[in-house]
Amino acid sequence: MALLEIRDLTVAFPTLHGMFKAVDGVSLDVDQGEIVAIVGESGSGKSVSMLGVMGLLPWTARVTAERMTFAGKDLRNLSRTERRTIRGKDMAMIFQEPTTSLNPCFTVGFQITEAIRVHEGIGAREARRRAVELLDKVGIPAPEQRLKAFPHQMSGGMNQRVMIAIAISCNPRLLIADEPTTALDVTIQAQILDLLLELQRERGMALILITHDMGVVAETAERVVVQYAGQQAEMQDVRGLFDDPMHPYTEALLAALPERATERRLPTIKGVVPGAGDRPPGCLFHPRCRNATDHCVKVEPPFDRGPRGLVRCHYPLTDGVPADHPRTQESAA
Amino acid sequence: MARAELRADAVTLEAKAPPGPLAEFWAYFSENRGAVGGLVVICIIVLASILADVIAPHAPFAQYRDHLLQPPFWQAGGTLEFPLGTDAVGRDIFSRIIHGSRFSLIIGLIVVTLSLSIGVGLGLVAGFFRGWTETMIMRLMDVILAMPSLLLAIVIVAILGPGLENAMIAVAIVYLPHYTRLTRGSVINERSKDYVVASRVAGAGTLRLMFATILPNCMAPLIVQATLGFSNAILDAAALGFLGLGAQPPTPEWGTMLADAREFVLRAWWVVTFPGLAILITVLAFNLMGDGLRDALDPKMKRS
Amino acid sequence: MLRFIAGRLAVLIPTFIGVTLIAFLLIRLVPGDPIELLVGERGIDPERHAMLMEQFGYDRPLVIQYLSFLGQLLQGDLGRSIVTRRPVLEEFMNLFPATVELSLFALFLATVIGLPAGILAGVNRGSTFDHTLMGISLTGYSMPIFWWALLLIILFSGVLQWTPVSGRIDVLYFFPAVTGFMLIDSLLSGQDGAFTSAVRHLILPAIVLGTIPLAVIARQTRSAMLEVLNEDYVRTARAKGLPPSRVIGLHALRNALIPVITVIGLQVGLLFSGAILTETIFSWPGIGKWLIDSIARRDYPSVQGGVILIATMVMIVNLLVDVMYGLINPRIRKA
Repeated sequence: MALLEIRDLTVAFPTLHGMFKAVDGVSLDVDQGEIVAIVGESGSGKSVSMLGVMGLLPWTARVTAERMTFAGKDLRNLSRTERRTIRGKDMAMIFQEPTTSLNPCFTVGFQITEAIRVHEGIGAREARRRAVELLDKVGIPAPEQRLKAFPHQMSGGMNQRVMIAIAISCNPRLLIADEPTTALDVTIQAQILDLLLELQRERGMALILITHDMGVVAETAERVVVQYAGQQAEMQDVRGLFDDPMHPYTEALLAALPERATERRLPTIKGVVPGAGDRPPGCLFHPRCRNATDHCVKVEPPFDRGPRGLVRCHYPLTDGVPADHPRTQESAA
Repeated sequence: MARAELRADAVTLEAKAPPGPLAEFWAYFSENRGAVGGLVVICIIVLASILADVIAPHAPFAQYRDHLLQPPFWQAGGTLEFPLGTDAVGRDIFSRIIHGSRFSLIIGLIVVTLSLSIGVGLGLVAGFFRGWTETMIMRLMDVILAMPSLLLAIVIVAILGPGLENAMIAVAIVYLPHYTRLTRGSVINERSKDYVVASRVAGAGTLRLMFATILPNCMAPLIVQATLGFSNAILDAAALGFLGLGAQPPTPEWGTMLADAREFVLRAWWVVTFPGLAILITVLAFNLMGDGLRDALDPKMKRS
Repeated sequence: MLRFIAGRLAVLIPTFIGVTLIAFLLIRLVPGDPIELLVGERGIDPERHAMLMEQFGYDRPLVIQYLSFLGQLLQGDLGRSIVTRRPVLEEFMNLFPATVELSLFALFLATVIGLPAGILAGVNRGSTFDHTLMGISLTGYSMPIFWWALLLIILFSGVLQWTPVSGRIDVLYFFPAVTGFMLIDSLLSGQDGAFTSAVRHLILPAIVLGTIPLAVIARQTRSAMLEVLNEDYVRTARAKGLPPSRVIGLHALRNALIPVITVIGLQVGLLFSGAILTETIFSWPGIGKWLIDSIARRDYPSVQGGVILIATMVMIVNLLVDVMYGLINPRIRKA
């Protein structure tokens, strides 16, 4: 049994145009100690799905799932109090903007010890000691002094380390990192990622890394999920994804990486991600896909077994060639 | 790789064209039932003031000696001839209230027009020219703000002499800083933005920059402030009237009516209640509409 | 932090000068002969007029007049009331405690009711309570305060006979004014029923005066809460698994209170305007009523002095509010 099991998770929000599905039928299993990356553009629903798992969405959100269990417990049926015991303790999350994610009115030390004391009920002195330990662990120099600092007195990188310290303070089994390095300098990015990986290794935590940066994915993940417009497009192990993507969207994303550029002009994906008012029929990606056929317009592809993993496409690619595609069949003919 | 025939049927979905700005504004605004209610009430009041001579059963200054302090029609001693009763000199309260609506609307209009135009002008100048000009203007505004608003209005009226016109001038002066600060803040914000720099580079002169380029982008908060300023103007002018410093009796201005009524507060409740109720309803309507405007025009509140 | 305070002080001084300038010009702008206005007589014979001109310094250039006016001001000399012949400052200080007592009590009522109400409304956005509170608060500041006072008088003094209509205490009580605050003095006097009488006199004017601040405080607290509840750090607090009482009561509230405390402090200026009307209606012997009476009696030195004193007081309170804001906002305190 996997640590986290999600089957057909959907998150919908009410809008002027009706209910908008920010997350549409997402399924994911994460084992103890695994590192999974969820990759996609803004608006792909990658953050919202994980916020839904944590139970951090606003009350207007409608969260439904066929299955959503953590360590065997059904998250959908837990009372609010029970959910809270898991959150912050066994399942932790860090966010994109570290400085605004910390309360400007309280010291860093207070914010770290708070989580420990609420979940584990230990005394102030012991909690303080643990906090110093944690700050040291996440690589903050002079941790004793830092306890009394306020978030606005520290840099973004330091604050993200503090956030990580808070997240791991109760030894979670799963850590969800939502774009942890996006708001930071490139030099700090590498440090934070290394820190996350090191902690993951030491504690055997499962790590879900949400990002839009393929470079980050390449360096950290074991398994990758590619999301598009709220749906999962592809799930493969990281090597396979980079060597031989199955979904045309993934292929296009990789082609747009500067490191892979072959010509002077970077290839772009023409068109835009569908928003609330303009969901295309059939496959959501078909307006932007070079291999789209009538079938793609009429029938939504299911998220199914593909050649090297799971994919949501009628004609998954192998070596850039769509499988069972009319065009290839014609040229074969 | 042959891209050929395939994507002839590439149905690039026509995204539904997003609604135009006016339609979008109305969509938000009309959702707010209070705001729409306020708008309806305002329309009724405007109609009442225009048609006052027709609607009001009596002339506002006509005194009926036989009907002094008559209660409203649903109480003993009241008649439908004077539906809301009469005051101490026998004037019909209902008619005076209807005629009073003219004064309230005019007060609001004049005060807001005066303080808006002068305030925005000063704000534009301050935000544009910076330096000494800005300091002088803003310090002057600080002085106005340092004094409690009613106090300043009273002082100005004390200088100019009591009367409705002077009351309006006094209130307009008291509200100046709000518009000036708002405009200056917006101007300073917008100045550094690219579209302004582009305009300037293209050769736009100062006046054009001020009025045609920047001002339209500051309109939203100004509109909201103006609507709320309307209601505040009515309240403050009524306060001055009540203190005897505004519209003078026998003018049927609602605040002045309350001044006359004060002695009879325990004897004849209707003389006090109805003019005040009229003020409340009018001010409430403008405030509701102002709130609705603010919500509809505030980009942060826009939903997807 | 010090720089912050120094900055605020720097603005205060020119503003104060501006206020004194306005007050100084007051007598000279009012139509009529300034000497007549100052002395309160009509038709002074030319010889006496010239003597008075010299006495009051009106024959000197305007700038010199202003400077000597300012000089006297800073020494505490604000002239003499025409009506009572006593120094304006003395009159002011005698009546000031009454206004302070009324204003403080009104502000207390407004905060004690408005703050929790606003918090509840913000936390339960869209609920019936929220809508009701917003409706009440909107009505509260759409009402003319003098009408509201009259209505309450009709109800509580007229129909129910629970409260008196005017004054600070029943006429039959007489005791020395120790603090100037009737509530305290009546307790100190030990006279039977004095305190109750003082409370009964205070409660209605305080409710009237506090209505608008209540409405404003409730509204602003609500919107501060709404804004704060959307912030990232509240999400982090939830992500930590903290109970909602802690998330809202500690993390959110602490931040929301920062602007709200400023709002409460700034109500003082509003309170003065309201006090003018409230004191007039309830014949409450404070500065507001004194000012209105002075204007009616053409007691211009009193008006002049009163304007300066009140404005200065409001400015000082606003400065203190600013300083307090700097203290409670850690971003400024530890810049």
